[in-house]
Amino acid sequence: MGTALQAVALTKWFGEGDARTLAVNRVSFEASFGEILYIVGPSGSGKTTLLSMISGILRPNEGQVLVEGRDLWNQSDDAIAEFRLGKVGFVFQDYHLFPRLTTAENVAIPLILKQVPWDEALTRAQAFLEVVGLADKGLLPPLKLSGGEQQRVAIARAIASEPDILIFDEPTASLDGDTGRKIVSFVKEHILNAQRCIVIVTHDSRIFEYADRIMNMEDGRLTGIANGGLHEI
Amino acid sequence: MSRVAVPGILKIAFKLLVNDRGKFAALLVGILFAVFLMIMMTSMFAGILKRSSATVLNVGARVWIMDPAVNNVASSIPMPDYVLDAARSIPGVKYAVPLYSSVALVKLHGGTYQAATVIGLDDASLYGRPELLQGNIQDIYGENAFLVVKDAEFSKLGNPGLGSEFEINDHRGKIVGIAHVATSGLFGIPTLYTTYSRAVSYIPSMRFTAAFILVEPKSAADIPRIQQAVARLGYQALTEAQFVQKVSDFYIYQTGLGTNVLLMTIISFAVGLSISAQTFYTFILENLEKFGALKAIGAKGRELILMILFQATFTALTAYGLGVGLATLLMTVARLRLPDYAAEITYLNLALAFVMVLIIAAISSLIGIRKVIRIEPFDIFRG
Repeated sequence: MGTALQAVALTKWFGEGDARTLAVNRVSFEASFGEILYIVGPSGSGKTTLLSMISGILRPNEGQVLVEGRDLWNQSDDAIAEFRLGKVGFVFQDYHLFPRLTTAENVAIPLILKQVPWDEALTRAQAFLEVVGLADKGLLPPLKLSGGEQQRVAIARAIASEPDILIFDEPTASLDGDTGRKIVSFVKEHILNAQRCIVIVTHDSRIFEYADRIMNMEDGRLTGIANGGLHEI
Repeated sequence: MSRVAVPGILKIAFKLLVNDRGKFAALLVGILFAVFLMIMMTSMFAGILKRSSATVLNVGARVWIMDPAVNNVASSIPMPDYVLDAARSIPGVKYAVPLYSSVALVKLHGGTYQAATVIGLDDASLYGRPELLQGNIQDIYGENAFLVVKDAEFSKLGNPGLGSEFEINDHRGKIVGIAHVATSGLFGIPTLYTTYSRAVSYIPSMRFTAAFILVEPKSAADIPRIQQAVARLGYQALTEAQFVQKVSDFYIYQTGLGTNVLLMTIISFAVGLSISAQTFYTFILENLEKFGALKAIGAKGRELILMILFQATFTALTAYGLGVGLATLLMTVARLRLPDYAAEITYLNLALAFVMVLIIAAISSLIGIRKVIRIEPFDIFRG
């Protein structure tokens, strides 16, 4: 398995002086293609901050994020935006679907940002909706869908630009246990492949069984990496 | 050159805007109302200004000589006869004729009185005569002959026909022609034309009688020289455009009319701006997380700015079109009921409202852009 990304001594703090809070403290790890990597830990442990830094959203104070041998944060803002658009797919905790657009239009957004013509983007979006089992929901507004279906629309949108790295932020937080497990199981079976790395931030132990590796964080520090998922953790 | 996905993101922006029907309607109504008020106010003002110069426009003389204290047609100051003689002797003057203008009381058949503007045309040339709808212009030389202008005030003289008679200052008057003029007067009274000599003899006059002297220059190049020569006589010679401007300036700056209209226009602008800016700001706030999500997905700052500018401009221009349409509709309906309704949409009115709408769009979008640019995609992750 090749390396999808490498974090080197990533550090992030908020505030200055006495108000300075260290959110992530010299965290280093690698994520590989073909694996599902979980970042777990209690609230406030720095999981989301770490996720934001490796996905090109939040600039670290120290350290590097190496993608294809280049330091992500040593590039221009435009190049970082291109990285997010082309290399990373996001599934947000609250999905952040656009209620005024149809489901297919929501999925097509990354394609449209990549200048794919509107009609072609919608056709390709429909194909991604088929991948997540929502082929017949393309013309509906997202609010007409159930929570699990909205999650799958968000996944379809995340994979629409065919990214190398998929980022899930608390994917089961808004779902009941059964639906949550089904979603992650579906991701492992249908979305993960040898050219893709999936990073999931969660504190939901019910879905630990789907992880290839689990990184545990506490107080901004990486306290352990468990290979093999549930049993080791 | 780096990627900017223009057509696609504009389509997304369009759908986000118009699919939120409540907000979009509120935005449209706010700006529409402002445009409507601005157009109505400025159009009424333009109509009033045009009518205030009705006599100047209808007579159509190229140069007008008057007392320098005259600031509108209705308050003319008669000039001595020597001014006419002097004007005729100025080099560059092709001809010069006197014009009588006054207001007289007309006694109608039923015994009622009606004020009317009486214009006395030079007997020899009838320079400045109106276009006749009925009758023969030569009949104006007949006994007691008058022409009546068929405008919105025509009915106030009892809808006279050819041969209709009335009294004017104990003299008999007889309608020998029904005329049409380009512009109705401002003061809501009918207009009668007759010869200069008859006007002077029928209507009580001061020592001097020529309200204005109308000059036809030999060429446009002679006008400055004529103006200088008239100024040396202690009088003022103005071109038609200068006289119209002088009358307009009087109504704008010396009657309070301009200030009031300006205030109303500013208030309309402020109302539209506050409604649209507030509604647009709410719209942006409600979509802030979505803009943040777009940024996280990979949209660049300038693409988001473009989206907001498009939304604000599209809303403003749509509302502008609707506002102009509504104002036009209302004026048309008003004219059906009030033929003398003094409102006129000019290119200047439209341009003024357009500029104000663009300012509304710019300020509204600026507020939204400031908010969207500041949103960090990280905030989306943090919820």
